[in-house]
Amino acid sequence: MNRLVAPRIKDAIEFDLQLKPCQRFTLHNGVPVYAIDAGAQEVVQAELVFYAGNWFEQQKNIAPATNYLLKNGTSKKTAFQLSEEFDYYGAYCNRACYSETAVVSLSTLAKHVPETLPVIREMITDSVFSESELDIFKQNSKQRLQVNLQKSDFVATRLIEACLYGDQHPYGKYTNPEDLDVLESGSLKNFFKQYYLNGQCVIFVSGKLPVNIEAQLNMAFGDLSLKPFNNQLATISQQPAAEKKYRVQNDVHGVQGSIRIARPFYTRRHPDFMKVMVLNTLFGGFFGSRLMSNIREDKGYTYGIHSYVQNHIHDSAWIISTEAGKDVTEATIEEVYKEMKRLREDLVDEEELLLVRNFLIGTILGDLDGPFHIMGRWKNLALNNLTDDFFYKSIETIKTVSAEELRDLAKKYLNPEDFYELVVI
Amino acid sequence: MIQFEKFEIANGLKVLVHQDVSTPMAVVNVLYDVGARDEDPAKTGFAHLFEHLMFGGSIHVPVYDEPLQLAGGENNAFTTNDLTNYYCQLPSENLETAFWLESDRMLSLAFSKKSLEVQRKVVSEEFKEHYINKPYGDVWHKIRALTYTVHPYKWMTIGAELSHIKNATLDDVKAFFKKHYNPSNAILVVAGNVTVEEVKRLTEKWFAPIPAGEKYIRNLPAEPKQTAARSNSVRANVPLDALYKCWHIYPRTDPRYYTADLITEILSGGGSSRLFQSLVKEKQLFSNIECYHLGSTDPGLLVIEGKLVKGMKMEDAEAAINEELVKLQNEGISQRELEKVKNKTESMIAFEDMEITNRAASLAMYELMGDADLINKELERYRAVTAEEIQTESKIIFDERNSNTLYYYSNN
Repeated sequence: MNRLVAPRIKDAIEFDLQLKPCQRFTLHNGVPVYAIDAGAQEVVQAELVFYAGNWFEQQKNIAPATNYLLKNGTSKKTAFQLSEEFDYYGAYCNRACYSETAVVSLSTLAKHVPETLPVIREMITDSVFSESELDIFKQNSKQRLQVNLQKSDFVATRLIEACLYGDQHPYGKYTNPEDLDVLESGSLKNFFKQYYLNGQCVIFVSGKLPVNIEAQLNMAFGDLSLKPFNNQLATISQQPAAEKKYRVQNDVHGVQGSIRIARPFYTRRHPDFMKVMVLNTLFGGFFGSRLMSNIREDKGYTYGIHSYVQNHIHDSAWIISTEAGKDVTEATIEEVYKEMKRLREDLVDEEELLLVRNFLIGTILGDLDGPFHIMGRWKNLALNNLTDDFFYKSIETIKTVSAEELRDLAKKYLNPEDFYELVVI
Repeated sequence: MIQFEKFEIANGLKVLVHQDVSTPMAVVNVLYDVGARDEDPAKTGFAHLFEHLMFGGSIHVPVYDEPLQLAGGENNAFTTNDLTNYYCQLPSENLETAFWLESDRMLSLAFSKKSLEVQRKVVSEEFKEHYINKPYGDVWHKIRALTYTVHPYKWMTIGAELSHIKNATLDDVKAFFKKHYNPSNAILVVAGNVTVEEVKRLTEKWFAPIPAGEKYIRNLPAEPKQTAARSNSVRANVPLDALYKCWHIYPRTDPRYYTADLITEILSGGGSSRLFQSLVKEKQLFSNIECYHLGSTDPGLLVIEGKLVKGMKMEDAEAAINEELVKLQNEGISQRELEKVKNKTESMIAFEDMEITNRAASLAMYELMGDADLINKELERYRAVTAEEIQTESKIIFDERNSNTLYYYSNN
């Protein structure tokens, strides 16, 4: 044995990655269902995805408030009773509201699916949005917001998104305390009626599925006036900021600066998207990236620095994000631009590129572990109106993209003048 | 049921193998029996700083991450007050790469000056990001100092102060390695698409040549029983008043640990729990309230914390918490409520076990507690807790003399 010599490895290019197929069926009302029956643990996760994100709201916070309050009372049960229905069976019902979609999800032991699915049905058909529940929601959301507004990272993320899309766009708008004050129960009820009761829905169910899962889903949701998810979003115009550079003082006692550097970018449908994902990994997408190696592991300016492309359906942005020591924020920004320059001017050597390829393939392989993760992949494809072809092409791109292509993409997209630059202390 | 096999090699390294052929991956998890509680009070934060240095190159491998990433793997680590855990996940075909990397850094580090310099800065930024630059960031610093008088749980994993990290020397690093990073002080868990034979062969090849070193015998001062209530008041630039109440509970291996754990579920596990319903929904004294315990190896803390609704008085908020505790002490709980928190626990365990990395880390932690097979007995132990035990323990734990209260007032 020679410890100086690395054991032989099997390279990424040799792995044959398969996305486990997904069973598909539609309920009586046409709502599509994606199902994956796998895993050793006796657990099930069901996610109902609605087109009910803040893309659809006419007034700020209607979408997240409606989504949150789905669990806070129907005409027959109080919020406490609804929670008790899940808690008693050790099940979890979570709600989440995103830019385009809003989700109601159920995680439960497989044996308790029959008791818990009907509670979800009750929530999405009979929620009442009482004044008292809304008042508590407003008060507690406002308080949480006040705490968050004292954090430089929270403020920086809001501001950079407003720069990119304009503060009227669903991806760029943000909440001020007074926006919460003016929420009214009537608007929530209307939103509920349009986007849940008569909304567009798609269901993802995974885990150790009961044999009669289709019948159970039909019984719970198949007779509702839901419509199938159609992947059509009305365009909302963006108003990106004209000014590119910002320095904001949020907390006079702050000891770190939250840095955000960002440019508009495209979604998965753009021909450069997959190759840019590889370029992004090399740039700032993993622990061994150029940004991490330089700014954390060489200079020690930060605990972590990352770059990523936002996971939006309609439009996207490429963002570099870090919290760095107050006195090294400008030096950090300079290093970020230096790394962009290196990518534009020098070809990545084969060894580093192979490392990125292998890392990415290994990550995908690890991420295909277990029914919930596999369904996560399918969900992402379905919500972006893509098929598994996209998955296989991505794998192919990771294996074959060349150093020249990556350099050319850096020349095209990694130019400092295209980026917004923001520091919040 | 989580199946595993266990063996030990001559230098004292314990090895557990958990086979799961449904995944193409392998997980290699190395737990070192050292945490912040083993630190010198004048050099706190060291176990965690050391965790960072474990990625700064070992004696034969200049950079830990690169060969692992090249093999399609990823890794991470964490340090607690009790232990330090490292894990990597990679395609099972490349399992040997993980053995090479993990055994080399158990053998010896490179002890690079540059790595120490950089990681001191990185950890300082981590300290600032999480404990200084956030509202309420110093709460745990204050709680630990209030609740523990002699036991080393009195400081946080990140360290009692920034200067301890800034002053760490290379000699400190070497001494710490020699004292704690020995095979006899470690547990190796290999999980995923692997066989016992292969793991045995690779362990013999890579780990057996590492000298046993000197076994570290832990001898920590026990925290004396608290006999009078303690409290502390602070003012800070935060938007809202907050209240933190803590009580000493049992060590992890004590049978009463399970009772204490279920008590936290009764008080704040979900939308139908007692504190949430009474204090957030009905009385609207708090905008959020949580009850949990630290899950530490030595006697830990049960905590209730919440932020007050603007305009509410601290005394009223505290009285309302006490009222709920007295209710639990006097009236106990119904069979249905007990069944509910047990069902939640069953479900939590099932969901946690979904991830192979979790299973590997859990096996290592149970082995550290004395027997990895405890992982398969947990549910039984929770199921055995009775309503009477809940009531009895709530009287013992929530005794006023056992309480520690931090009043955190807003300057605004």
